[in-house]
Amino acid sequence: MPDPRDVRVPIGPQHPALKEPESFLITLRGEKITSVNIRMGYNHRGIEKACEERTYIQDLYLIERVCGICSHAHSTCFVQAVEEIAGLEIPARAKYIRTLIAELERVHSHLLWLGVAGHEIGFDTLLMYTWRDREVVMDLLASITGNRVNYGINTIGGVRRDLDASQIEETLKAMDILEERTKYYVGIAQEEITLKKRLSGVGKLSYEDALRFGAVGPTGRASGVARDVRRDDPYAAYAEINFNVITDNHCDVYGRTVVRLKELLEAFSIIRQLLKKFPDGPIVVKAPRKIPAGETVSRYEAPRGEDLHYVRANGTEKPERVKVRAPTLANVQAVSHMLEDGYLADMPIVVAAIDPCFSCTDRMSLVSNLDNHRTDVLPWEVLRRRGIEHYKKQGVDFSVLNKKLANVLGK
Amino acid sequence: MKKRGKVLRQVLSSLFKKPVTTHYPFEKEKSGMPKGFRGKIIFHPSRCIGCKMCMRDCPTGAINIKKIGEKQFEAEIDLGKCIYCAQCVDSCIKKALEYSKDFELASTDRGKLKVILDAEPEKPNAEPEKPTEK
Repeated sequence: MPDPRDVRVPIGPQHPALKEPESFLITLRGEKITSVNIRMGYNHRGIEKACEERTYIQDLYLIERVCGICSHAHSTCFVQAVEEIAGLEIPARAKYIRTLIAELERVHSHLLWLGVAGHEIGFDTLLMYTWRDREVVMDLLASITGNRVNYGINTIGGVRRDLDASQIEETLKAMDILEERTKYYVGIAQEEITLKKRLSGVGKLSYEDALRFGAVGPTGRASGVARDVRRDDPYAAYAEINFNVITDNHCDVYGRTVVRLKELLEAFSIIRQLLKKFPDGPIVVKAPRKIPAGETVSRYEAPRGEDLHYVRANGTEKPERVKVRAPTLANVQAVSHMLEDGYLADMPIVVAAIDPCFSCTDRMSLVSNLDNHRTDVLPWEVLRRRGIEHYKKQGVDFSVLNKKLANVLGK
Repeated sequence: MKKRGKVLRQVLSSLFKKPVTTHYPFEKEKSGMPKGFRGKIIFHPSRCIGCKMCMRDCPTGAINIKKIGEKQFEAEIDLGKCIYCAQCVDSCIKKALEYSKDFELASTDRGKLKVILDAEPEKPNAEPEKPTEK
């Protein structure tokens, strides 16, 4: 029996926290959130099924479009799995180029997040500054790969484009500019009292809870969980590079900001090391069109956390099964815990703090028909009626509003 | 005081800078697109042997090679479907396809999105699009 003091507020699918649809059913007591029910599935695009109907080469471009921000993460993760099944060893130069693009992407993703976080807390100057600086790295990516997003640099057996000496110089110059700017933002995070007060103690996630919910990436590392695929299971050229896994013990949104800022500085150092050691040689090896039967799981440290792809090949030109587990799916469990006992006004920044990407996350969800316990296709009318009944049970009644709307539309 | 100095530097440098924004489309960017930009696909009919590898690898099925005569082929590219990944350029063994820097391809007429690059013999310096690569 729900407490009469509780108020249920459905936030979403269209909500103020992000541009992507997601439904949060929040129970409030006064200003405090007592429980959160997150429902996903509004952005399902059927990418996994589409992958099964295309060849491996075609899948590369489809998988790249799972996410707009971490497109290289998904495409590399997929191509690593395919190469492992086919037993391909890619050339050293290709590994370095993949790592370089991966780190440039991390720089662009973290700067973007910093701007979004600034926007969510009403610090729009920070948004303007970071997005201006982000243009530096976006231009660099466009010049190296030919596009600002969806770089299309990977191919099975290596990479599609090489870097010349002028591009290496250009990259090093850009790193100097960005490092100076990032140090300024680190200064802001350490000195700016309003930023500190707004973010400290918001969206608490203790070390134990981070482990329990399986938080990945900067969300986990800000709670002291020192996990990073780049160090734990090195792929591409990370085994030959020295870098630190950044952790923080603030366990809140402030900690997540600090981790991302320090990771930016770490990324600049990785890029400099990569360009110093850049090996010569070919950038691609010939890959077969038909990939031999086999299955594998590939891991990749995307800017948002660990990305995981499962690929099963059956000896034809097309994969039998492709499964994508984006980092947001691992982190979204922790979000409902972070929101509990917090204020409603903190909800946008807490949700934004995991850097969610719901379109990456949404996979097919099967709803079994409760009337006859069978999985079948439900007509739109039935689904609609069920939705209305579901919300009525939760204490939310739209019928009055619907009548008003019908009156307005009727005129 | 230290902080105020920082802000002042930012303000002064912005005061004397030209605006970053331009009056696009009336005024085009002078530096143009980056060197390796993947834009509209160009077809060189004299080099095409009709192996259709580009059609096989195209992720969206945007390109269609048709035989119109003895050793003569035309390419039909659906600009609405093309995602400009330039995989067809990589797949072409005879280098009959190339990418250009042309990206202003939006149209209100659906018919105009289908571009047929026919098999007329290539005349040097008389192509509608200028190839960007040497």
